[in-house]
Amino acid sequence: MEKFSYVNATSLEQVTTLLSDSRWGEVMLIAGGTDLLAELKEYIETPKTLINLKTLPGMEGIKADAAGLTIGALTTVADIAKHPTIRHHYTVLAEAAGSVATPQIRNVGTLGGNLCQRPRCWYYRDEATSCLKKGGDICFAVDGLSKYHAILGGDPVYIVHPSDLAPALIALGASVKIVGPEGEKTMSLEDFFTLPAANPFRENVLQPNEIVVEVQVPPAKPNTKSFYLKAREKGAPDFALASVAGVFEMNGTTCVSTSIVLGGVAPAPWRSKEAEAALTGKMINETVSRQAGSDAVKDAQPLNDNAYKVTLTQNLVSRAAMMAAS
Amino acid sequence: MASWGEASESRLIGKRIPRLSGKDKVTGKAKYTFDINRPGMLYGRILRSEVAHANVVDLDLSEAEAMPGVKAVLPLVEVGRKIRYQGQEIAAVAAETDDIARDAIRRIRVDLEELPSVVTEADAMAENAPQIREDWVGNQSAPNVREEGDINAGFEQAAVEVEATYHAPVQTHVCLETHGHVAEWEDDENLTVWASTQGVFGVRNDLAGRFNLPANQVRVITEHMGGGFGSKFGPGVEGRTAADLARTTGRPVKLMLTRKAEHLVAGNRPSMTQHVRAGATSDGRIIAYDMKGYGTGGISSGAGFQAPYVYHVPNVRAERRNVTVNVGNQRAMRAPGHPQGAFAMDSLMDELAEKLGMNPLEFRRINDPSEVRQAQYTLGAQEIGWHRRNSVPGSGTSVKKHGIGVGSGQWGGGGGDGTQARVTINADGTVEAVTGTQDIGTGIRTAIAIIVAEELGLNPTDITVKVGDSGPGLPSGGSGGSQTTASVAPVIKTAAAAAKQKLFQRVAPQLEAPVEDLRVGNRTIYVVSDRTKTIKWELATGQLGMESISEGGHWDRELRQGGVAGTQFAEVEIDTETGAISVIKIVAVQDCGLAINRLTTESQINGGVIMGLGQALLEERFMDAQTGRMLNANLEDYKVPGTFEIPEIKSIVFDTHRKVTGVGEPPCIPTPGAIANAVYNAIGVRIRSLPITPDKILTALAEKKA
Repeated sequence: MEKFSYVNATSLEQVTTLLSDSRWGEVMLIAGGTDLLAELKEYIETPKTLINLKTLPGMEGIKADAAGLTIGALTTVADIAKHPTIRHHYTVLAEAAGSVATPQIRNVGTLGGNLCQRPRCWYYRDEATSCLKKGGDICFAVDGLSKYHAILGGDPVYIVHPSDLAPALIALGASVKIVGPEGEKTMSLEDFFTLPAANPFRENVLQPNEIVVEVQVPPAKPNTKSFYLKAREKGAPDFALASVAGVFEMNGTTCVSTSIVLGGVAPAPWRSKEAEAALTGKMINETVSRQAGSDAVKDAQPLNDNAYKVTLTQNLVSRAAMMAAS
Repeated sequence: MASWGEASESRLIGKRIPRLSGKDKVTGKAKYTFDINRPGMLYGRILRSEVAHANVVDLDLSEAEAMPGVKAVLPLVEVGRKIRYQGQEIAAVAAETDDIARDAIRRIRVDLEELPSVVTEADAMAENAPQIREDWVGNQSAPNVREEGDINAGFEQAAVEVEATYHAPVQTHVCLETHGHVAEWEDDENLTVWASTQGVFGVRNDLAGRFNLPANQVRVITEHMGGGFGSKFGPGVEGRTAADLARTTGRPVKLMLTRKAEHLVAGNRPSMTQHVRAGATSDGRIIAYDMKGYGTGGISSGAGFQAPYVYHVPNVRAERRNVTVNVGNQRAMRAPGHPQGAFAMDSLMDELAEKLGMNPLEFRRINDPSEVRQAQYTLGAQEIGWHRRNSVPGSGTSVKKHGIGVGSGQWGGGGGDGTQARVTINADGTVEAVTGTQDIGTGIRTAIAIIVAEELGLNPTDITVKVGDSGPGLPSGGSGGSQTTASVAPVIKTAAAAAKQKLFQRVAPQLEAPVEDLRVGNRTIYVVSDRTKTIKWELATGQLGMESISEGGHWDRELRQGGVAGTQFAEVEIDTETGAISVIKIVAVQDCGLAINRLTTESQINGGVIMGLGQALLEERFMDAQTGRMLNANLEDYKVPGTFEIPEIKSIVFDTHRKVTGVGEPPCIPTPGAIANAVYNAIGVRIRSLPITPDKILTALAEKKA
């Protein structure tokens, strides 16, 4: 990696001040470092300054009460996976957290880092390849090897968003608190992520001088079941070929309301309003769940090597729905 | 006639004895080349080409040379020469720290004029493909054709025919310890190299030749090494470069390959594509086999594979071509040519059996000339529960489907002459066995201790074994071809026997008995005809004073034998909605001759099965035609089995005789075929291309449905 200076953060004001004059990649934030260190070692990022967030007070921990969940951005993935309330009432989140990478990575990787991690695309991660995402002319996946790439929302960059926590949190209706030079703001996590058509270089709306500090999850509704289904080639560590975060408010086998978010298939966590519509108000059976599955992928546009993801995603959505009804 | 004696007479040989170096390895005390640090040591790094094909127009080392902490920069390619694959060496740096070395190689300026490249077999064979090798037309070698019998007459007798194309991609070795060396010159004429190698003397001789030194002035040490699998016989460019850098700077230099370089330049298993047409008679005999195939082993190629394999086929035409591509070269990889050949052949066997309406195991029994495997089929079928397989492949309505399959393999082994060893008995009763072999990880150190301890009536932990060092000047061959134990064991046994004989001669007068009446056991020498006459081991050796007994041995052919057969059965479960494949169980019945140490032999089989499973389900090198680069030169997207993938493995040491044979390679051969056949048995769709991944399962199931 290139040399950089290293600053221990003391306050959010200090952090946003340090960030404020910089452009993307000049000053970077590090918490667990499980993603960033690899990017530095492979010269994908070459910041001049790294700000260590682990020294910031009060940004770690899970608060669970009548208002729902409040999770600090520095909370580790492992702590989310093992939290009793999350396991019990926000199962999709615990399952997603437990599916991340390896125990070592979950022990140091943080919520904020997981949401802001960069793509795993093998063209993007190759220093010598100047792809569209890094300011080049083309997305190499279009004519290249695209087994792990996007089937939805890709144009013009066909990366997939690698986060497991993001689909789960969006399915739970989470919002994210962001601090910048002008103070703090809260937005829905769904709106936090963007597609390459809006900005091919970034995966979210965060500005270079902003920082994610907290995620809030509304209280779990009664009679709710939730699941995170993650298909991968290898037990661990492996990123999702496709994943489904499903939250289902049920009355017997009837789906009162649902939110379904797909991972591993689009450049951002992909809320499937189509699948939700196919299930809402319906008594879930084989036919209904199959319909939800095919509705979820009806806009899919696979590349050369990833048509299997269409079938896979369809089947995962159906499976999640059937699990909700059983 | 020399023999290892009957099993009933063996106290140690053939028993399950823990690896002597096990504790050192799990506690981190064992020092691998990566762990060697010498006083004043510098760190070496190599700049490699990211371009697959180019002319070197200019090379400027000056900026790197000027960096503080950089002690040497050496060019590894000449201006005017060609780069022919990604990863090819451009220049090397030695610096005070690894970080400086890493920064410094980035300051080397190389001007490359890019040339059209081909990195996949399909592109290389395409019409109008750039010609990357002047001596080959269309980037292909002349075909190697093998003909036996008369295939036309054979096909006339066939009741059924199968025509299919089978493919296995390039795999890389993924040695956990990457290739590397620490080189240190004592003076201009004496070089010591710590090497992660499977051939201590091969590295010694190569480096001695390079520096024009007498071989005994180069010492190569490999105390422990983290895997070679056929890729670590010589020093390679990186080893020679480490020695060059050390000579230039006058300081020790450590140069280990990065994981990326390991994938790019440290060898691979060639790909295989074969188009086969085969026929069988109505009574279940394969009668004709016509194969056209090719593979690539990189820029120099060398892509052989076994076809047909194992089963008896009277009428054969097999045509193979090598395809050259702008990618790093192949090296021998655990059972070269066999696993990919076995996968295709065993898939074909099942396809023929199905056309005949025969049970695939029955079909094998008819066509397999090996009596050993015939017995293994019975045992393995029992162990896996062959009767539980899907009688109609793919039948059943459940989402998760089970299947069982079988595959076969064979190998040579048997060792070779050329090992020298010494067994020394010291006056204090200690015993030392020294030879120049190396422990590639299979446990030869422990095997040597077992053999000496058995011969001298001691325990394996009583024996100090010194291997992995050319210093004592006792050569042994490289650890390849599953030859190590069968090469070393006879020499160690005869050396230990000779040392024992010398000790007996020493104490025979005291015991008032002829030497041939003496025996040793339980640290006591005794007279076999009068057991009251004894002398304790330490009292006997104590009389040696300054004169240790030190004896050599010889490679007694009667103690070893070549040729092994193996069979494996696999049970898999497939989630037909996600394409996820879980291997539930593998039964590996492995013929291996005399297992000196049953425990490490079982470990060998386990390791082979896991490697075969990786080839079957996960491993594939992805080459990008647009950039000419390998896309998964890492361990994230080049996937190897982890704990979640490893099934119950029932390793059965199937010992058919009491001669040492060797079993390093064969256990990885039948696994992919057995798994592929189990997958078919589960889902009723055949995947003819490795690795069998969820995308292929889902695509095949969708095609079947349509």
